[in-house]
Amino acid sequence: MFEALSDRFEGIFGRLRNRGRLSEEDIDEVLREIRVALLEADVNLRVVRSFQTRVREALVGEELSRALNPAQQVIKAVHQELVNTLGGETMRITFAPRPPTVVLMAGLQGSGKTTTSGKLARWFKSQGRNPLLVAADLQRPAAVEQLRTLARQVDVPVFSASDEIVRSGTGDPVEVARQCLAEATRLGRDVVIIDTAGRLAIDAELMEQVRQISEATQPHYTFLVVDAMTGQDAVNVAEAFHATLSLDGVILTKLDGDARGGAALSVKEVVGKPIAFASTGEKLADFDLFHPDRLAGRILGMGDVLTLIEKAEQVYEQSEAEAAAEALLEGRFTLEDFLQQMQQLKKMGPLSGILGMMPGVPKEVRDAQIDDGHLARVEAIIRSMTTAERADPTVIDASRRGRIAKGSGTNPQEVQALVSQFNEVQRLMKRFGGFGSKRSKGSRKDRKNDKKKGKGAARGGGRVTTKGPVAVPTINLEELAEKEKAKRPGGGLKLPGLNL
Amino acid sequence: MQLAVIALVALLVLGLVAAGVVVVRHRSKLVATPPPRRVPAGPTPAAPVVTRPDTPAQVAPERQAEAAVLEPAAPAALEEPAEPVEVVLAARPSFRDRLSKARDAIAGSFRSILARTSIDADTWDELEEALIKADVGVELTMELLDALRLRAKDENITEPDQLLDALKAQLKERLVGADRSLHLEAGTPNVWLFVGVNGVGKTTTIGKVGHQQVQQGRSVLMAAGDTFRAAAAEQLETWAERAGADFVRGAEGGDPSSVVFDGVQRAAARGVDVVLADTAGRLHTKSNLMDELAKVRRVAAREPGRLTEVLLVLDAVTGQNGLVQAQQFTEATELTGVVLTKLDGSAKGGIVLAIEARLGIPVKLVGLGEGIGDLVEFDPDEFVDALFE
Repeated sequence: MFEALSDRFEGIFGRLRNRGRLSEEDIDEVLREIRVALLEADVNLRVVRSFQTRVREALVGEELSRALNPAQQVIKAVHQELVNTLGGETMRITFAPRPPTVVLMAGLQGSGKTTTSGKLARWFKSQGRNPLLVAADLQRPAAVEQLRTLARQVDVPVFSASDEIVRSGTGDPVEVARQCLAEATRLGRDVVIIDTAGRLAIDAELMEQVRQISEATQPHYTFLVVDAMTGQDAVNVAEAFHATLSLDGVILTKLDGDARGGAALSVKEVVGKPIAFASTGEKLADFDLFHPDRLAGRILGMGDVLTLIEKAEQVYEQSEAEAAAEALLEGRFTLEDFLQQMQQLKKMGPLSGILGMMPGVPKEVRDAQIDDGHLARVEAIIRSMTTAERADPTVIDASRRGRIAKGSGTNPQEVQALVSQFNEVQRLMKRFGGFGSKRSKGSRKDRKNDKKKGKGAARGGGRVTTKGPVAVPTINLEELAEKEKAKRPGGGLKLPGLNL
Repeated sequence: MQLAVIALVALLVLGLVAAGVVVVRHRSKLVATPPPRRVPAGPTPAAPVVTRPDTPAQVAPERQAEAAVLEPAAPAALEEPAEPVEVVLAARPSFRDRLSKARDAIAGSFRSILARTSIDADTWDELEEALIKADVGVELTMELLDALRLRAKDENITEPDQLLDALKAQLKERLVGADRSLHLEAGTPNVWLFVGVNGVGKTTTIGKVGHQQVQQGRSVLMAAGDTFRAAAAEQLETWAERAGADFVRGAEGGDPSSVVFDGVQRAAARGVDVVLADTAGRLHTKSNLMDELAKVRRVAAREPGRLTEVLLVLDAVTGQNGLVQAQQFTEATELTGVVLTKLDGSAKGGIVLAIEARLGIPVKLVGLGEGIGDLVEFDPDEFVDALFE
């Protein structure tokens, strides 16, 4: 349902390929599309307007570069503007010269404050600090218990009111906050993380309460916890909290869903405070400092190549990966290799997630739901083959098929399907490989030819190759490509559809 | 190095998908009209691989086989002709009272419209702005305004306030007629399942619904199907105590289906009227967790339980992602309604309009605060009026 901005732009730019400059009307049309894309990503309307103005300024009169097509150029400008707006660099957390460093967490109900407090404690521990968690949410039933459970998981102490008071539901969070600093000193903890109750920004009484907590503890960092799925109201909320607490930053939660997180952009723009951390999963380790450039790509519906690279690096060895990729492209790829690569790939998480991070993936594929369960069946089939069969699947006849099917709990048709699909992939990859080496040396003209050839290959590769100028994070990739070229003259691997 | 790795990963993934080694399920496009209720809860039959429409369908045959196996497991509890009992909610706070707090807090974007003397481009812009700011979404906003333009022409509307009234009337027309009652069937136990993403207020909503049902003289059992989040069961137990409801829980990290199963069994044994089944919050993008939820649904619908409501709990602050959430949750569990929570804040919850319009899932209840009594029936008139204030 959400079209990537690049998809939207294709229509607009189709007819101005041969022009050297964007006209006013072109820009207007482009800006309208940008507006819709940003609004669909939940960027606040007010922010969208000022953003449009800035992008217009960046685009008007701009000479179109020869290296990029107009769509790429505009997206580059928009992306750059987004990164600027989000804040170019990740936030640096410094520590108070006289410990403890106090961190106050605030936000609406259900934005994820308690879980995030636990994650933050874990993060501080990984930085070599000794955090103390303070449960100042005495309102929601079992909130203290939740924080204690989380604290046990990360092995951090919790300070709160006594059990009877907690159970009575009448405890005073301000009182807890007042006592927590002394407790931290007593325990020798150098970071204090105060989890407060969720509250509505318009609830004057509760806002006064959190103000008092802030006054009593003088936090070094006050973070607003914001759900990535938040809509237009994010700005009102952030403004109200900022007016009361004077925020230092924002923590964005639930980024592991498919929400585009436009709320973060709005908050940054309106409150002027950076997004400090982002939480990307339910596990306590799924939490880290925030990278603005990655969110920018996400808001525009582009891939998140950097995260993908990071994930890949965690599971792949360089030499191993290069060898496998080469084999793949030269068509020397056996089922055995395939099995091994599948194992690695599985470590990177569900396939749909990986696909989502890949730029230049056609919309149909991106929106499709991929069933990872079938990987297991594929694996079972390959594991039921002999080494010889894996090396050369053509030896598999009806009798062998029957044996493999029995061994893997599947049926001969499936085995046959897998083998023929594998051959198909191999054929495809060979073709990709051909493109890669040509393209790396080729001029722009060559590239065009490649694209045409790609169209001919549609039977095999689907839109992946035919899409032509897929406008994607040229920004990140160009840089990487440069580095890569410097290292390995002659090009080597190129990902089709990426226009490196 | 990085490029080599990324190229390899990309090639593999694309290869897998392109060749259909991995079955790709095409997400059905949203339709403008309410879709017919899908009967079985089984997975959508696999569509041909999307990347290569011109090659023979490479759907692994077992996909269909699986679906066939699953289908009978989903009993059609909803189709039983037992007479539905309309649930009347207990004395409730007024929507209007609650919302007035929020109204004061945000400057009305509509005063300026009403101050104008004639309808011009700015009037339309402001209407658009108000709808978008209420999270109605760009697409539906455009649709509504296009319809309003026709109407304005037909009815010769010239005054801005008439235009606003016409828009409100148009919205209300869309909302009336939907069945917003909570269903109970004769015989026990009825099961109401609560689903949603993390942090929307499922557990709190169950506490409030349970309280109301007890007030109305029904016996209630709460099943702590959220075995994942730390202390979720404790939270629900507190609500059960407050509401005077029976309570069943399982081990932390245990199977939520088994907790719901236990709850239904105990409710049947004790003749409890309504089982309120909590589930762990989950993002709709996690297919394994959505599968787990589909299983919880199947178990809840199994005899002696009668699954009469599957309610999506949605935070009013949710933006455009809410529509995707509703879509995914209804695919897994066949939603019967939406509970819109936290509407006492400054958020307008306009995304429910898109959910009703696109998916035909009605909003049934509205949460207006943290108190045990702060849950009311959805009132289209008041909701629409509040959108523009």
